[in-house]
Amino acid sequence: MTWVNAVIQGLLLGGLYALIACGLSLTFGVMRIVNLAHGDLAVCGAYLGLVLSSAAGVPVWYTLPLLLPAAFAAGVGLEVLLFGRALRHGVLAPVLVTFGLSVMIENLLQVAATADPRGLNGGALALGSFHLGSITVSWLFLTTFLTACVVLAGLQLALSRTSWGRKVRATSDDLDTARLVGIKVRPVFASVAGIAIGTAALAGVFIGTIGTFDPLTGTNILIFAFEAVVIGGIGSLWGTLAGGVIMGVTQVVVGEINQAYAVLAVNLVFLAVLTVRPGGLFTSHQTAGEIRGAGIGGALG
Amino acid sequence: MSEPEALLDVTDLDVFYGDFQALFGVSMAVAQGGATALVGANGAGKTTLLRTIAGAQAPTSGMVRYAGSDVTAAPPHQRISRGIALVPEGRKLFGSLTVEENIQVGAAAAASDAWPLERIYATFPMIARRRRQRASTLSGGEQQAVAIARALAAAPSLLLLDEISLGLAPLVVGELYETLSALRAAGATLVVVEQDLRRAMDACDDLVCLLEGRVALAAPVASVSRDEVIAAYFGEGSP
Amino acid sequence: MRREEAIGSRDAEPSVTPVAVSRWSRTASAFTGACVVAVAIGVAVPYVIGGPAEQPLITLLTFIAVATLWNLLAGFSGLTSFGQQAYIGVGAYALYLVAEHGINPFGGIIAAAAVAAVVALPVSALVLRLTGGYFAVATLVVAATFQIIATLSPSVGGTTGVAVPGLAGYSDVLREALTYWATLVVAVSSVAGVYLLVRRTFGLDARAVGSDPVGAAASGVRVGRIRLLAYLVAAGGAGAVGALIALQTLYVEPTSAFSIQYSVDMLFMVLIGGMATIEGPIVGALVLFALQETLSAYGAWYLVIVGGLAVVTTLVAPRGLWGLASERFGWSLLPVGYLVRQPRTGTGRRGHDRE
Repeated sequence: MTWVNAVIQGLLLGGLYALIACGLSLTFGVMRIVNLAHGDLAVCGAYLGLVLSSAAGVPVWYTLPLLLPAAFAAGVGLEVLLFGRALRHGVLAPVLVTFGLSVMIENLLQVAATADPRGLNGGALALGSFHLGSITVSWLFLTTFLTACVVLAGLQLALSRTSWGRKVRATSDDLDTARLVGIKVRPVFASVAGIAIGTAALAGVFIGTIGTFDPLTGTNILIFAFEAVVIGGIGSLWGTLAGGVIMGVTQVVVGEINQAYAVLAVNLVFLAVLTVRPGGLFTSHQTAGEIRGAGIGGALG
Repeated sequence: MSEPEALLDVTDLDVFYGDFQALFGVSMAVAQGGATALVGANGAGKTTLLRTIAGAQAPTSGMVRYAGSDVTAAPPHQRISRGIALVPEGRKLFGSLTVEENIQVGAAAAASDAWPLERIYATFPMIARRRRQRASTLSGGEQQAVAIARALAAAPSLLLLDEISLGLAPLVVGELYETLSALRAAGATLVVVEQDLRRAMDACDDLVCLLEGRVALAAPVASVSRDEVIAAYFGEGSP
Repeated sequence: MRREEAIGSRDAEPSVTPVAVSRWSRTASAFTGACVVAVAIGVAVPYVIGGPAEQPLITLLTFIAVATLWNLLAGFSGLTSFGQQAYIGVGAYALYLVAEHGINPFGGIIAAAAVAAVVALPVSALVLRLTGGYFAVATLVVAATFQIIATLSPSVGGTTGVAVPGLAGYSDVLREALTYWATLVVAVSSVAGVYLLVRRTFGLDARAVGSDPVGAAASGVRVGRIRLLAYLVAAGGAGAVGALIALQTLYVEPTSAFSIQYSVDMLFMVLIGGMATIEGPIVGALVLFALQETLSAYGAWYLVIVGGLAVVTTLVAPRGLWGLASERFGWSLLPVGYLVRQPRTGTGRRGHDRE
């Protein structure tokens, strides 16, 4: 029954990918920025977790009440200092700026922390597992998956039920008109950026607990996040979860056959979706060709 | 004879889009409770003028005064909280939001609570039935009503309307204009951009005609004939 | 027309003074002449100076080639690819395979370029569906995928890589000189090729596509064709560069062949130098070369500075150093646009071809 086991593990892994990806999905959906530094920011979260948990001598989970607000603040700062200004310089500027930022972060981390792979102290949670019949489920993986679901559900609720959420969706639909009807767009962008970096940092902490990380891990994280968003469909948070799950299952199942081919298989699935349904698997309208217009609001409610 | 200070006083506006000048020294004044029709051919600058008054466009020079204060540099959300609201050309509803959400979003910077949802639905019964529907699924006339409702949610004293009759059947336009009369009766001040001259002159007290970014004619409706307006519209004859 | 007659308040327009529209200038002629001389000198370097000058020049010329090609993609056609290293790697491996089969490695450069362009064709069918940031990340994915495939292919050495055969017959001096000349050819061809391409309608079309694809399509520009051509040319060029690098290092392995560092360098050079000009990437190449020579001792800090400069340049001086200079001083050494000369003033003013 290793196949069932593999699928379950893949499902849980998919939760991690979805958690990594939802921030990317938000920044693109609302601000039309593909943050190429997203993965590196997740890694920063992991390093910050490392610093805090080593300093306090506790498992990294206890550092979250400090880490998450710091990440949120960093997101707001990035929006105010970089993203907002980049947007004023045309469509390509954010791409160039975030790539430059990515290079800076990776190399600053290299200087500060060396290229050695690190791991995070996950405490007891990281060690335990339980059995469901013949399947072994690690508590850590389950927690990751459940956290992803909670975060996504929370975001979904906030976007569809709150006044803030309405403003975010309106801004995502039509920036110019949103401004016109009196929505203060800068705070909307800042809050979205804060949430995006916050979720990225949280994902980074999970990544660091599940496996190891080093200054260059960010690029791979970015690739996986991006693939999850595209497979699931841009603008759809639940689609991102589905995309992550598809990737996770592919990776683990193929890994059962031959570990070396696991990541390649995921990339190929991504390329296949891009060929056949570039708008993503879970959007109702096919955005064949340019992926530009769809915002967050399009797939909600 | 002392004139009450105009609610809206636009002076000498120059507006550029990059190198292209859209407005040349445009001035206009609207009295409290009045209704001004803003007419002109396509590209004359009517939308630019409304957007500049609403704060979506910054003038290079000139001034916009509202209720006695200079709002030229104020961003849109400040103007809304002071009481200026724009119903933009092409409706520009938020497609993924429901009718009700569109209206609620319009109240984001509202001047006051004067227009709660119930009052808006009472004014536009046609959209009350569709409050939970996505705005993009409504008919043209209903969407236009939602666009006006969204502006009303901000409880404006000055309502700017840009081409609300575009693409709508005459019957529907008639209903919309009846609503506008009711709003006037309730004390609102209106500036209405309208392609249909007859409707514009029927509904408004004053008329401003733009031609290629300049004011070609500005007069009370009662004192100009349709022919004079048409002449100014196309730039024939001397002003 | 009636309307114009009737607008009595307008002044009558003065009679139209003839303007001269030219696509060239004396400065451009002078500069081209200077370039020809420079290339001639360049050819002579191995005879006159030899070894010590060749290595840095190879680096500089390679920079010029990749920057110019990336500019064709991103600066002129709006395709911000961060995956050109995919084709550099393909070119390197293609050279290995060509040499393996007994073909002269230097002739293999052309084969490598061709292979890269051929590989780019199906890839383009996928990635060119996207624009902007999504296109950028997709190209990253493609490059990463190629790298994985290389590591999984025992026939090209897998993770360890392979040594390039077929060069044992050459003495070191000769090999270096030949590599140098080959690099010179590739660099000159890249700049000349891109320049000529951009001066034709392709250039105008490409920039239209780069700034507003929908508008361009509405104006009849074959958007898909333009982007495809730019993508294939850039891929072929990258393939040639990959082959050159393989000839120098004599070894091809996945991590360095497909390194993202190439994209970092391309981005930096074109940003600093100036996008959408021919001179810009050359200026950028010189800057990066200078930076690398002086700062590479500092390891990661060097890259922090490179990344930081890229960010700052985008926000503060989006037109790059050359863009600033040409605006300030009106310089144009390799014009791609249309120069409008007004006879009254006697000086030329750049027409609306700025981007």
